[in-house]
Amino acid sequence: MMPGTLEGEIDGRRLDVFAAGDFTLPALIGLETARHQLVRAAGTAVERATISLHRVNRLDTAGAWLLHRLEQDLVGRGIEVAFAGASEHHAPLLEEVRRIELAPPPHRVEVNALVRVVAELGRGTLDALDEGKRLLSFYGEVLLTLGRVAVRPRRLRLTSFTHHLEQTCLNALPIVGLISFLIGVVLAYQGAGQLARFGAEIFTIDLLGVSVLREIGILLTAIVVAGRSGSAFTAQIGTMKVNQEIDALRTLGLDPLEILVVPRLLALMVALPLLAFYADLMALLGGGLMCLFVLDIPAAQFVAQLDRAITPAMFWVGVVKAPVFAFLIAMVGCYEGLRVTGSAESVGRLTTQSVVVSIFLVIVSDALFSILFNYLGL
Amino acid sequence: MSGEPVIRVRGLVTRFGTQTIHDGLDLDIRQGEILGLVGGSGAGKSVLLREILGLQRPSGGTIEVLGRDIQQISGRELRDLQARQGVLFQDGALFSSLTVCENVEAPLRERHRLPEALMEELAGLKLQLVGLGLDAATKYPAELSGGMRKRAGLARALALDPEILFLDEPTAGLDPIGAAEFDRLIRRLQQSLGLTVLMVTHDLDSLLSITDRVAALVDRRALVGSVEELRELDHPWLRAYFAGPRGRSVQAAAAARGA
Repeated sequence: MMPGTLEGEIDGRRLDVFAAGDFTLPALIGLETARHQLVRAAGTAVERATISLHRVNRLDTAGAWLLHRLEQDLVGRGIEVAFAGASEHHAPLLEEVRRIELAPPPHRVEVNALVRVVAELGRGTLDALDEGKRLLSFYGEVLLTLGRVAVRPRRLRLTSFTHHLEQTCLNALPIVGLISFLIGVVLAYQGAGQLARFGAEIFTIDLLGVSVLREIGILLTAIVVAGRSGSAFTAQIGTMKVNQEIDALRTLGLDPLEILVVPRLLALMVALPLLAFYADLMALLGGGLMCLFVLDIPAAQFVAQLDRAITPAMFWVGVVKAPVFAFLIAMVGCYEGLRVTGSAESVGRLTTQSVVVSIFLVIVSDALFSILFNYLGL
Repeated sequence: MSGEPVIRVRGLVTRFGTQTIHDGLDLDIRQGEILGLVGGSGAGKSVLLREILGLQRPSGGTIEVLGRDIQQISGRELRDLQARQGVLFQDGALFSSLTVCENVEAPLRERHRLPEALMEELAGLKLQLVGLGLDAATKYPAELSGGMRKRAGLARALALDPEILFLDEPTAGLDPIGAAEFDRLIRRLQQSLGLTVLMVTHDLDSLLSITDRVAALVDRRALVGSVEELRELDHPWLRAYFAGPRGRSVQAAAAARGA
């Protein structure tokens, strides 16, 4: 390796440039400096320049670019330029590069930051409105499809429905159970700590029963399912979209909503109430074990106190929310999946978005339910 | 300058479970040649390419690239070696979050410290070398047609001035005119940049028009020779390949061009 050098000799109106060594990418920075010096030194007196390549060892496109750039700079100053002594290996490359007109590629137009913020806000608002409209029309379409399936139940894909039921319900049991159990433990422990100050430790059971049945069981399950199944729906349907499988379904005269969305939607609406019930049980179990081992409340007393504290209405208040949450999660998951366009990158982006949006909607609708139940006196 | 092998594969064995893909495969790629690699689906063309690139370990045998046994060298040496090779993947494999220009700059940025303006100009040069206009430079890969994505992928493969260029089905998915143009581009760049090219292809037109030699993967080994030599060999797959309706019409056209 011998880094390239570029030297010039000015003889009256003639400039002789001697290139030597390796004209390759690693040497480029040094050569750049030399090039600038040469062009400056050439000044205005020089009329003709010869670039001699006899002693050039290796030449790559970066080196050829540099020579071409030097040529153009000199020509720009009204100097006639000729190359001499390019070896047979170097000549084709130099010719190839010299045919190209040199210019840096244009930049994307940069806009003032303030303008950009306003523009982003405006675009975001319009996008949100647009999104709302499309989501609404998607809901309408799905409801119509559901109606068609209800009239002719044979159109329901039973295999697909049971497959998704297994995926979303059965396979979710371990994680939903574990999380609920642990939350039951935490609730009982924290509740007991606070209530002990009033000598009302026994009411830990009331706290546990009411909060788990009304809110925590179902909310926690919905959030886990949104992260687990909602995202899976988006990724599955999105990947099919990328592979043009959705287009294939349409051209075969099949309705993607009926085949892909309806089974997932119905499966999740069946799965979530079941999971919520299971989560309730596991959370109460966790809290109960905590009471037994840490607070020394015997099992019989726990059951008796729990029986006094909760009513069937409380259970139903919790579970009735499940199909609604399931509907929201499945709709958002499928909708985002169908929005995927072309690239694999959009699958990832929309999967993330699907989880965020569905958890947001679940919590908003939970708040609305609270207001509604308060109004109804439940 | 042609003659010396830059890639030397000896006794290559590749197994996936019980399935043997290559069994004692030998292959030389000489400096300054364009070698076409053909074979039926599942014959192990892509696997061979990945093994030579060091993306996948063979079950046995040796692969020497530019005089180094790629299974014996350290990860760092392998990366240095990989910087001397350029690869055009089938659909370009451009980084989708970067513009075309940034894609071409990416290898320069990672391996050399260059001022931004210099890097941009070099990237612009590479884009023009492969016949892309500068207006394509600011576009994202998703905004390009398939042919333009291949050209951009080629520009990125050439970013570090590699000695060996690997092409995975360069003309697949291009229309015949675009494919012929791409063939000519590869031939021109191979000559002016002094590249050694290994090209996986199914395109008989490319095979006849630009390759110097052809390696056919049959019976888990490689048969190497010029198209004429391979056509003389009495092997059922080769006969079906070259003497099938497609092969005959292409050769007839080539003969007519030559006459």
